[in-house]
Amino acid sequence: MSEGLTPSQTVGPFLSIGLPWADGPFVVPPDTPGSIVIEGTVLDGAGQPLPDALVETWQADPDGRFNHPDDPRGPAVAAGNFRGFGRSATDPDGNYRIVTFRPGPLPCPGGGTEAPHIDVSVFARGMLDRVVTRIYFPDEADANAADPVLASIADQGRKATLIAVPEAATQFRFDIRLQGEGETVFFDV
Amino acid sequence: MTVDDQQDASELMLPKYESAAGVHPPLDTQAYHSSRLRAPGRPLIPLPQRLTEITGPLLGPERVTPADADLTAGHVGEPLGERIIVSGRVLDSDGRPVPDTLIEIWQANASGRYLHHVDDHPAPLDPNFTGAGRCVTDSLGRYQFVTIKPGAYPWRNHYNAWRPAHIHFSLFGRAFTQRLVTQMYFPEDPLFALDPIFNSVPDPEARSRLIARFDIDLTQPDWALGYNWDIVLRGRTATLFEREQGI
Repeated sequence: MSEGLTPSQTVGPFLSIGLPWADGPFVVPPDTPGSIVIEGTVLDGAGQPLPDALVETWQADPDGRFNHPDDPRGPAVAAGNFRGFGRSATDPDGNYRIVTFRPGPLPCPGGGTEAPHIDVSVFARGMLDRVVTRIYFPDEADANAADPVLASIADQGRKATLIAVPEAATQFRFDIRLQGEGETVFFDV
Repeated sequence: MTVDDQQDASELMLPKYESAAGVHPPLDTQAYHSSRLRAPGRPLIPLPQRLTEITGPLLGPERVTPADADLTAGHVGEPLGERIIVSGRVLDSDGRPVPDTLIEIWQANASGRYLHHVDDHPAPLDPNFTGAGRCVTDSLGRYQFVTIKPGAYPWRNHYNAWRPAHIHFSLFGRAFTQRLVTQMYFPEDPLFALDPIFNSVPDPEARSRLIARFDIDLTQPDWALGYNWDIVLRGRTATLFEREQGI
């Protein structure tokens, strides 16, 4: 590295002045056919909800493609109004909500397949850097069993923190526990 | 090799982003009391950089109007305080500019008060200042905001705790790995030595990179002081493809 990296600092308690967007939670526009809802609560080590957190999501489209020049497979075909990126500030009860499509599976360099997943960043006062986690889907048992990231987590209970919980046919719950019992698996990326 | 030839998963060649190890603050920085219940207790698990991590949202001009970069505009009158220009470049650690990337900022007003219901600091709000701005870097990675210098403000971390004046910055870069939220500080702030958030960055050299530089060349006569601040995101190591192509 020739240039020193700029360090992270906390978003602080006032992120809602600058970061939320009216369309942030909508990775696809509201009521898009085939869309799903992912919602959850961000909780601290005492089990208290965070009213001042920001949850961001990034994911492939249903074909497992990205509209991004660094994807060597070329641009996504059925991009449409799919942004890939979601952003939801938590409400006073610590809840966030994202409307999106289910992502497709992804090929791995060197072979293998990643199960459908959504990368998540969580920012909040009290967090000097983001934490990163992943949402996997409960009805993808075979794909999840073959997923190299899930396979890297030996503890079944910990692995389960990465699997969303079905609430309805097109609705999933993914709670994020920052610390303590049931602590969500967080990644170093 | 054409793009079509790369469809075979075993041929996928992805960029690799350099590690940020040792640069960012530890999540469990005890002197910053709010971290005590919000820092994970378990070790982070390594996540290999694959397709989801080496891509990211390319948010640009569609989210921004030129007026968004002037925080002193858009109200009935001018905000109180010291008018400043904050300008610099977004680079990656190879020194390459990061063009066309969204920057979002937010800050307190000149009195050290945020326009936020949680902020009960007994300092005046300014009807002419909201404190949020956005811009997109140009083709050379440059950005520029016009704003007022934020005030220091008290907080409850410890007795007589005051935050040094700062502006919050949010950046995306071009990949999930590059996402960064940070704070820009002003030179020679007497509160630096006392601030657990600033001092949460373990390496003094890295910490100093959070401080903007007063710039007389950026300063505009009879109008505004200039501060220069470059932001450096994690760079890519050269890929096999790039080496072969000599780019």
